[in-house]
Amino acid sequence: MPAYTLRLRRYDPETGEAPFWQDFEIDLEGHRSVLEGILQARGDQDGTIGIRCSCRAAICGSCGVRINGRPGLACHTHLDEALARDHDAAGVIAVEPMGNMPVIKDLIVDMDAVHWKKIRRVTPWLLAKEPVPEREYVVPHENMVDVTQTMACIQCGACVSDCLSMEVDPLFAGPAALAKAYRFVGDPRDAQHLERLRDLSEDPHGIYDCTHCFNCIEACPKGVAPMSQIMRLRRRAGSDFEIEDRNNGLRHEHAFVKNVRRNGLLHEADLLPDSYGGKFHPNAVPELVSSLPVVLRALQRGKVTPGKALRHQHKAPDAVKRIFDLVEGRGEREELNLYISGDEDDLADDPPARPAPDAVPAAGAPAAEASDAPPESGIETEPQENA
Amino acid sequence: MMATMPSHDVLIIGAGLAGQRAALAAADAGASVAIISKVHPVRSHSVAAAGGINAALGADDTWESHAFDTVKGSDYLGDQDAIEVMCREAPDEILHLEHVGVTFHRSPTGHLGTRAFGGASQARTYYVADITGQAILHVLYEQLMKHHATVDRFEEWFTTELLQDDAGACVGAVCRNIRDGRLEVFDAKSVILASGGAGQVYKPTTNALICTGDGIAQAYRVGAPLMDMEMIQYHPTTLAENGFLITEGARGEGAHLYNAKGERFMERYAPNKLELASRDVVSRAEQTEINEGRGFPDGTISLDITKVPRKRTLEALREIVNIGRDFAGVDITREPIKIRPGAHYIMGGVKTDVDGQTPIPGLYAAGEVACVSVHGGNRLGANSLLDTLIFGRRSGVHAAARAQQVAMPAAPASAVDATRARIDAILARPAGGRRVSEIKTELGETMNRYVAVFRDADGLGQAHEVVRRLKEEAETAHVDDRGTVFNQDVLGAIELGYMLEVAETIVVAAQERKESRGAQYRTDFPERNDGEWLKHIDVSRNGDETPHVSYSPVTITQWEPQERTY
Repeated sequence: MPAYTLRLRRYDPETGEAPFWQDFEIDLEGHRSVLEGILQARGDQDGTIGIRCSCRAAICGSCGVRINGRPGLACHTHLDEALARDHDAAGVIAVEPMGNMPVIKDLIVDMDAVHWKKIRRVTPWLLAKEPVPEREYVVPHENMVDVTQTMACIQCGACVSDCLSMEVDPLFAGPAALAKAYRFVGDPRDAQHLERLRDLSEDPHGIYDCTHCFNCIEACPKGVAPMSQIMRLRRRAGSDFEIEDRNNGLRHEHAFVKNVRRNGLLHEADLLPDSYGGKFHPNAVPELVSSLPVVLRALQRGKVTPGKALRHQHKAPDAVKRIFDLVEGRGEREELNLYISGDEDDLADDPPARPAPDAVPAAGAPAAEASDAPPESGIETEPQENA
Repeated sequence: MMATMPSHDVLIIGAGLAGQRAALAAADAGASVAIISKVHPVRSHSVAAAGGINAALGADDTWESHAFDTVKGSDYLGDQDAIEVMCREAPDEILHLEHVGVTFHRSPTGHLGTRAFGGASQARTYYVADITGQAILHVLYEQLMKHHATVDRFEEWFTTELLQDDAGACVGAVCRNIRDGRLEVFDAKSVILASGGAGQVYKPTTNALICTGDGIAQAYRVGAPLMDMEMIQYHPTTLAENGFLITEGARGEGAHLYNAKGERFMERYAPNKLELASRDVVSRAEQTEINEGRGFPDGTISLDITKVPRKRTLEALREIVNIGRDFAGVDITREPIKIRPGAHYIMGGVKTDVDGQTPIPGLYAAGEVACVSVHGGNRLGANSLLDTLIFGRRSGVHAAARAQQVAMPAAPASAVDATRARIDAILARPAGGRRVSEIKTELGETMNRYVAVFRDADGLGQAHEVVRRLKEEAETAHVDDRGTVFNQDVLGAIELGYMLEVAETIVVAAQERKESRGAQYRTDFPERNDGEWLKHIDVSRNGDETPHVSYSPVTITQWEPQERTY
């Protein structure tokens, strides 16, 4: 049976010693999980190893950790797959506690101090429409399937662990809590969509505090795609309720769209003033003044020239305009969701997952790519559908 | 006197569906409530219940039909008065859950949608994709957060023992804060055990690592009788390698079972209901195919979910798509998956009445830890969530009412001494004993070998011997961790004691029942024998360490036992 080296981050608050790494040799097949490896080490070698775990099947959300640098569930990461991410090629599987949360012992972090506090921040219960019907609320099936994506969240904290915005602003509500918020904003039985959205728009640590780094989407073991839920909260706040927030979040978004529509490429010199209502808007002036040191440093280092900073040469090509026309020409906004996927007819048109060796590749598809496609490719691309 | 922890009218041990529902009901009835759990509530094993929850809510459905299906599913061992209560109250409970926020999937008209499930004469299973337990558990936890002013949550506290007063009434519990090792007394007028089942007694099992029978053993140790302990459900579809659950919802949505010869063998065992016969029937059929050489060489059967339209699978069976992909390397939408029967659920537990009361005054039990008995010899799929919620709520209401009539107890500070001594003794064990993990593995494999789908006197006798030996070995099992912060090692040693206690009662009850009924199939007594065995087996600790067996009658209201075919 193959042997793996687990390098565990150890920390015992009772010894007064600093955290350290400790190696354990384990014997398991490569498709077994990192959690099974840790439990083998704990069971056979060292009962002091601390890790929360329960279901072993990626349902309970207990065993969130970082494995060779990536957040995820220990039970949901195969040993061979974990080893393949070892960029230092040290031949070890390094497991450490999640980030953005204080460590209690070994791989156990204080989720209540961060994760659950943020969950409680978003009023995480249904504020039901009145009057409560005698029978069930009659609501479209599609809405219930839609919010199922956020109901699928198991509160493991993997997204919180690697949220870059939270690293900079520890008060940021964060991906898990905002995904939870969408679970109510997307639920037609909830009576306070507007109030919830206004609250999260006006909060400087709310929906406009996300910087679109995609880390949470990559981290999530359940396909919740928290960042996508944050973007949906923004679209509901901005487009459906037209909430003009004091953080200039909505204006910034509009300025961004306008800027790209006009230039094709981003023209930063316009973006900032536009986000604050134009160059001469009273709100824009202090912002512009405060950004002067940054501009001066950029000039000094040759990152921009005065000409380029003030006049943008690039004009949006027709292709960009066509994208805008296409998206804006749609009657309804299209939202992508894990639980809603192509119907049978679409799938029938798909190229077969495992083409026979003598199969003719689809027209236009490079033959090599078609036959190299992994059999599970249909499923593995789904996170991108959400992005 | 010790007054570090607040006293409560109602103390609930365990925060899965039964515990959370009990807490909310007791608080709603005006009681002060504490809920204690050794894991954060959303980690509770209720989260793993996939397929759905039964209720006769449809226009053409009746609670009597649901009750009859349940009685028949139980192989007539279920108590019909309790089954009537559960099935009658089920529709209101579903509507309550819907009103507080459970995102049940809908029919095309926007009303609550249903799916078919095993052993049911109607499609009456309400569901949220295949994460129904998770959805309900998380929504109830939302409610606990909402009602934080009336329900005190103690998350990651481990209960070590129940406390009794001189008259024998249960007056609280001793618990250890896992985070810092502190022992505290929780005084309470009523205590509700809601700490789940004991699946870890088996290996492999669908159950989480936390399902170590704590509450069953704790109640047993203070003298509460256990009932129907021989009835261990083997789920028909678990993954061959690690025992993970593939929801019955797959068959409910139309998946078929095939043996290695490609035969849809259920045609021979249950010509009418086929794959949707009761779980004991399907598991027995599969095991027969495997034992008679018609399974695959690795001792499995194949479950073909490709019969279900792919879009429907992706929408409604998403979790098992993930499980197939991540834990078996199989795309279940395109190819069959290998499965076999695996230990899943214990129908037995702490004996209670329909209000959750055990014979110990002040002690209640609800959910998998309890035996009302609504499941009898075999539980129907999607009846367990219902059981937790109905009897969790009823326990909460009754315990709150009882609290108005009794004085608040105050256990002396010395109440923690016994636990402290026990933990100190574990920590002081010299090296050289067997490792806890080793004993646990031997226990699980023994139970899965001899106390499984098919049983006989010889195998059960061997199992009993092994369990007794392991009980002795556990007394000297060595632990490495001497610390106080998250000392999971010492808790594991305590859990092992609970598991062995439960295992022994399972074996003893299985030895006692000399007939075949529900999940108990004795190859040496292959027939159901209503004349002698239409009765419950109760096991209690008879003052000393050994289990004592007695009987109690099965309550029959309107459905006389008949031959059971599907």
